[in-house]
Amino acid sequence: MKHLLSIEDLGRDGIEELLALTDSFVEVSERRIPKVPTLRGRTVASLFYEDSTRTRLSFETAAKRLSADTMTFGVSQSSVSKGESLRDTVTTIEAMGVDAIVVRHGSAGVPWQVAGWVDVAVINAGDGRHEHPTQALLDCYTIRQARLADGLDPSFEGLRVAIVGDIDHSRVARSNLLALSALGAQVTVVAPPTLLPPAIETWPVTVSYDLDAVLGQVDVVQVLRMQRERQDEALVPTLREYTAGYGLTRERAGRLPGHALIMHPGPMNRGVEIAAEVADLPRAVVLRQVANGVAVRMAVLFALLAAGPSESPGPGSASESPLTVVAGA
Amino acid sequence: MPEVDRPTSLVVRGGEVLDAEGRRPADVAVGSDGRIVAVGPGLDVPAGATVLDAGGCLVAPGLVDLHTHLRQPGREEAETIESGARAAALGGYTAVVAMPNTEPAIDSAAVVQEVRALAAGACAEVHPAGAITVGRAGQALAPMAEMAALGVRIFTDDGAGVQDSRLMRRALEYASGLGVVLAQHCEDAGLARGGHMHEGEWSSRLGIPGVAAEAEELMVARDIALARLTGARVHLLHLSTAGSVELVRRAKADGIAVSAEAAPHHFTLTDAACAGYDSTFKVNPPLRTDADLAAVKAGLADGTIDAIATDHAPHTQQDKEEPFDCAPPGMLGLEHALALALSELALPVEAVLALLSWQPAAIAGLAGEHGGPVAVGRPANLVVIDPAAHWVVDSSRLASRSRNTPYGGRALTGRVRHTVLRGEPVVVDGEAQR
Repeated sequence: MKHLLSIEDLGRDGIEELLALTDSFVEVSERRIPKVPTLRGRTVASLFYEDSTRTRLSFETAAKRLSADTMTFGVSQSSVSKGESLRDTVTTIEAMGVDAIVVRHGSAGVPWQVAGWVDVAVINAGDGRHEHPTQALLDCYTIRQARLADGLDPSFEGLRVAIVGDIDHSRVARSNLLALSALGAQVTVVAPPTLLPPAIETWPVTVSYDLDAVLGQVDVVQVLRMQRERQDEALVPTLREYTAGYGLTRERAGRLPGHALIMHPGPMNRGVEIAAEVADLPRAVVLRQVANGVAVRMAVLFALLAAGPSESPGPGSASESPLTVVAGA
Repeated sequence: MPEVDRPTSLVVRGGEVLDAEGRRPADVAVGSDGRIVAVGPGLDVPAGATVLDAGGCLVAPGLVDLHTHLRQPGREEAETIESGARAAALGGYTAVVAMPNTEPAIDSAAVVQEVRALAAGACAEVHPAGAITVGRAGQALAPMAEMAALGVRIFTDDGAGVQDSRLMRRALEYASGLGVVLAQHCEDAGLARGGHMHEGEWSSRLGIPGVAAEAEELMVARDIALARLTGARVHLLHLSTAGSVELVRRAKADGIAVSAEAAPHHFTLTDAACAGYDSTFKVNPPLRTDADLAAVKAGLADGTIDAIATDHAPHTQQDKEEPFDCAPPGMLGLEHALALALSELALPVEAVLALLSWQPAAIAGLAGEHGGPVAVGRPANLVVIDPAAHWVVDSSRLASRSRNTPYGGRALTGRVRHTVLRGEPVVVDGEAQR
């Protein structure tokens, strides 16, 4: 694997491998000093064309726990439109000597363009409404971890997952439904028709406009962020009406099966797509998602960089298992 | 017309003449005034006359492009009238209609005159189209009469459709009094807003906001209705959907004065080509589905679509390296349209040339000078085509200033060998002469 651009590139085996690798890094993250020298001397650059504090911090934390050096280029879309081209920015960063570029951009496909211009690893940290593969990996990991802890079958085969909300504008939804269905889960997307992507019938999902009809038969419900702009675009009449039909209210949460997990990729609009008290239920694993995000991103960086061509022998090189390295740095 | 007493300066020898009247083996002799002086087998070559070998080739009226973006004035880093006209000549064109979405727009006599002045001495005739509305803004009618007085015969706001139905009605009525034709970029702006590729399975997968086929079809249907209402003729630019083709087919059956064109990329490429996020494949109207592609081909075959027009749209590499949803739409067309049509359409060569030469010449009001027939007294605007030549497109060797072609590496059959503009060989053996 040279880049991580799309869940589609991974396939079931690739996803399973990364989830298995994540176990090791969850263990590392739970140590008193959660740091290993695996990627010492490597540099990971974050190139974020959209504000995204949590994803950027998660990647940077992951890189630092692997002892990689990090640098951050935060670029607002407007400054780019006035000045340097995307390609010039990217090749400039590569020329500084980095091993991986983590890209977040408001336009679908930018990580593919970047991968075409550079020789280093490119990680898609979210491209427009298209994909957010590490979010899907951390969500899958979180589901399996929580079900194991509950003594439930950790397999995804036949797992019933509802993804609720603004599917069309959501890279989280696209990556999640691809990953979950690749792993054998049965995914239902629940949204008003205006928030579903075109040609939804070609996706490996079931469609429902009725959250109440779905809630009683799910193992996992993933709630998506509902943005205020959707109201201005006439995709929903009002946020209030959206909440009435599709919000995970306390009353609706009460009708979920007792074992069902509640997930949200954050940041949450409490009171819009999820009621404040529902977000704080024990079944809501939102903070587990955040914690696992760091471990998943460690696994991705390890998979992409630890066997890379510029590897040099010596202490802390990639030949050491992340499990056996003593955190003494 | 009788043989006239002018010295022959050029003989196109050994080919087979093909025009709307049929095919026959014949040499073509051209006088010093740029007009054809003799057509027939085994013509003498006077001392001092140039000979163009046409052995194994077709000698046809030069091609006419109804839809070329030359970018001048305003975006000369992407194309100039000189470079675009050279690309046209290499593609076999002797005349192109230059779209008015320049900066400033061609919406006044002054800009028409500027374009004409810049086109003097170009490798192909450049006929500016005028804008329908001032600044192509869709608000107020542009002074069509003053542009028509300078010879402008096509008016369009191409790049955008005239959204206001009442304004379009008035424009059609006014144009009919001037004997000019209005050409429409059919796109309902409200429905299309924010879209960057065809709306469907691929846009959904790629996460790129789409433009529904119906955004085009709504305006095709409206303009057919307005043509019926006003009795004025309307030309529909770059049809891309099966629904549009069917609407035009029915309108023609109903006797409504409508003509239509299609671009080579709409009968050779589909929206699946956008999968790599390469904005070379971003065009407006967008690449559509296999079913749409088949419908465009069927429309070209049965006469529903009257012309192949390139929508030659040069853009700099820097502009095309923007993210897909920010990059400007458009791809090059002039240098490969004929070969793509001959290679991909499965039509007889006569039908392909009708779509590329005499039918567009008639729509553009250029039938007196372009589009044949190849006959004594006519201007010698000719293309010599080797229909059997196999070649591979080399996108590093283009006359255009831009490189945004998706056809690099594609194997094609049929190639322009020579192009003659008013008696002057401007392309000889595939090389531009100036």
